[in-house]
Amino acid sequence: MSAIEEVVTEAPAVEAVPKRAMTLGYGTSLVVLGLLVLAPLFVKNFIIFQLTMLLIYGLAVLALNILTGGSGQFSLGQSAFYAVGAYTSAILMEHVGMNYALTLPVAGVICFGFGFLFGQPALRLSGVYLALATFALATAMPQLLKLGYFEHWTGGVQGLVVTKPDAPFGLPMSQDMWLYYFTLVITIAIYIFSVNLLKSRSGRAFMAIRDNEIAASAMGIDVALYKTLAFGVSAGITGVAGGLGAIAVQFVAPDGYTITLAISLFLGMVVGGVGWLPGSIVGSAFIIFVPNIAEGISKGLSGAVFGVLLFFVIFLVPHGARQVAIVAQQLTGKLKKR
Amino acid sequence: MLSGQELRIAAFSTAVIAFVATSSGALAQKKYDTGATDTEIKIGNIMPYSGPASAYGVIGKTEQAYFKKINAEGGINGRRINFITYDDGYSPPKAVEQARKLVESDEVLVVFNPLGTPSNSAIQKYLNTKKVPQLFVATGATKWNDPKNFPWTMGWQPSYQSEARIYAKFLMKEKPDAKIAILYQNDDFGKDYLKGLKDGLDAKSSMIIAEESYETAEPTIDSHIVKLKATGADVFISITTPKFAAQAIKKLAEIEWKPLHIVANVSASVGAVIMPAGLENSQGILSAAYAKDGADPQWDNDPGMKKFFAFLEKYYPDANKLDGSVVYGYGVAQTLAKVIAMCGDDLTRENVMKQAASLKDFTPDTLLPGVKINTSATDFAPIDQLQMMRFKGEKWDLFGDIISGELSN
Repeated sequence: MSAIEEVVTEAPAVEAVPKRAMTLGYGTSLVVLGLLVLAPLFVKNFIIFQLTMLLIYGLAVLALNILTGGSGQFSLGQSAFYAVGAYTSAILMEHVGMNYALTLPVAGVICFGFGFLFGQPALRLSGVYLALATFALATAMPQLLKLGYFEHWTGGVQGLVVTKPDAPFGLPMSQDMWLYYFTLVITIAIYIFSVNLLKSRSGRAFMAIRDNEIAASAMGIDVALYKTLAFGVSAGITGVAGGLGAIAVQFVAPDGYTITLAISLFLGMVVGGVGWLPGSIVGSAFIIFVPNIAEGISKGLSGAVFGVLLFFVIFLVPHGARQVAIVAQQLTGKLKKR
Repeated sequence: MLSGQELRIAAFSTAVIAFVATSSGALAQKKYDTGATDTEIKIGNIMPYSGPASAYGVIGKTEQAYFKKINAEGGINGRRINFITYDDGYSPPKAVEQARKLVESDEVLVVFNPLGTPSNSAIQKYLNTKKVPQLFVATGATKWNDPKNFPWTMGWQPSYQSEARIYAKFLMKEKPDAKIAILYQNDDFGKDYLKGLKDGLDAKSSMIIAEESYETAEPTIDSHIVKLKATGADVFISITTPKFAAQAIKKLAEIEWKPLHIVANVSASVGAVIMPAGLENSQGILSAAYAKDGADPQWDNDPGMKKFFAFLEKYYPDANKLDGSVVYGYGVAQTLAKVIAMCGDDLTRENVMKQAASLKDFTPDTLLPGVKINTSATDFAPIDQLQMMRFKGEKWDLFGDIISGELSN
């Protein structure tokens, strides 16, 4: 059996998702948007902070979703890109004195470059091997950040404290609320960009590679270019999320960006539904709130409780939030017919 | 531990003293901040119950058990303690989330004993801006003693620098012509220590003839040891975490280098360091301690430790008394109870910090005899005394006086 045949008969790593099913309908989108805009007006600052983190992790999950759901490549190294983004923002704000909003595009561009470069050698790998290579990146990152050479900039193990921005133009809102809306605007912009990217020629190329690499290259798609591009875009968005995370948490330290974060993001993607972009926010909610619920059930066994909850989710709805959404859609469809 | 009645008497006398001292002419008024009422005081806490440092979660559980005991005995000044503890998994962003939850959602009076240098660094600014006490943090970094810039943050255990200064004092007295070789871990812990040593030796820091650092990622530190031996040093100070401390002890025996060997307190554990390195290789090693060791039979009849063991039996029966974290949790919880009792009916956050900064010769049950907690408005380092000890047979023998690591003397 030749190598080519082997590749052809191999089942695709990710189940194909038709491109229309990747987004929400207009009506639903508007309802979700409305909720996100109005929610902070009615809750405490602490909840607003949690919602901000929800959006930030949502962005990071979305980035992974483009990579895995879009182009079919696995990554357990998203925490490394997140860390680079966070440190870029923190260093630019604290050492260079740059405005926080301007640090985000810089973080995005640096991470895009970093991801694109990492994508080059990663091209030779696929499936679990690629996952392992990115895993190496995630385990190396916290130690790299501690290195003495960068200590002047990174603050070493002590990390860096970041100043939280006030609302501009004397707007009468708290720092938390301002940061929430700021994050919301960026999230929406990136979401729209991502949806359009996947609908575009490049997006179709990603999906063609995901579904069958050989067929894709036979159709004239530059497989190498689009694979690295997917890595770059994903890393860039993760970097922006990391930068926002640094501003919201007001602190960066190597211990905040360990492999645990990468696995959480991966988990969020699976729970939200691989390849279903709106699911990112559901996945993000899962990784933020479910550990708190688990802790409420039992302190000593919080990890075990979390494991059991996760098991139930994967067992009952293996396709994550997407499956729930489809069922809900069918039910409403039936009701309408009556 | 004081009984409920004793506590009430203590509180009453505190109130009387406060009354006389201020002679404001008014009766001691009840004053409350968020988190305190006539019947309840809310104490917040953050611990790594999960994640890489989850072994320390025992501290939180011990504290919870301790406050259960306080409540069973009638609370402090008639108020019961509501101890709210959350898991941060040793992750700074999660610590921020949990700290905000404690302050803004649970509305606690103080955030008590959050664990870990990174987690505490992450929440320090937030808590100081909000003027919420970040009391008795569970880390040995020296930076927590900074009342000028962070008046709402206070440490508890001796800082790494205090401990290092004690070794410096010891060496200057016992071995003034020592040639010192130092091996240190290249992180905040190692660097804090090194600074303490140099400050302690001060003008005589030329006694240090060699310094080597290692990264935690290195599989072995053998080559550093060989290099240090070649310098002809006769004192070896090992500023290492347990795994590397054990490796160093073994290597020293292997290459037959027999300097005066000092091991940092974090690696003085018999179970985690001495046993793996070999008892015969460890004879004569020096270190320093501030708390009693639950595994050491010499404390079996000590009144303080008897109370401690009785507490474990009744309120925390599944605790491992050999675990240093249990001893630690008990001591620090007892210190907080003392501070709250001293506050009397003035349970404002400001007064909590004021009382925490006016502890005089307080001695929790689990500290070594002679080690006393003293704080002031300019001294936010509650414990800064330790006693030297030498490993002999199968346990540590304490020797010499209690030495203070304060900079001022």
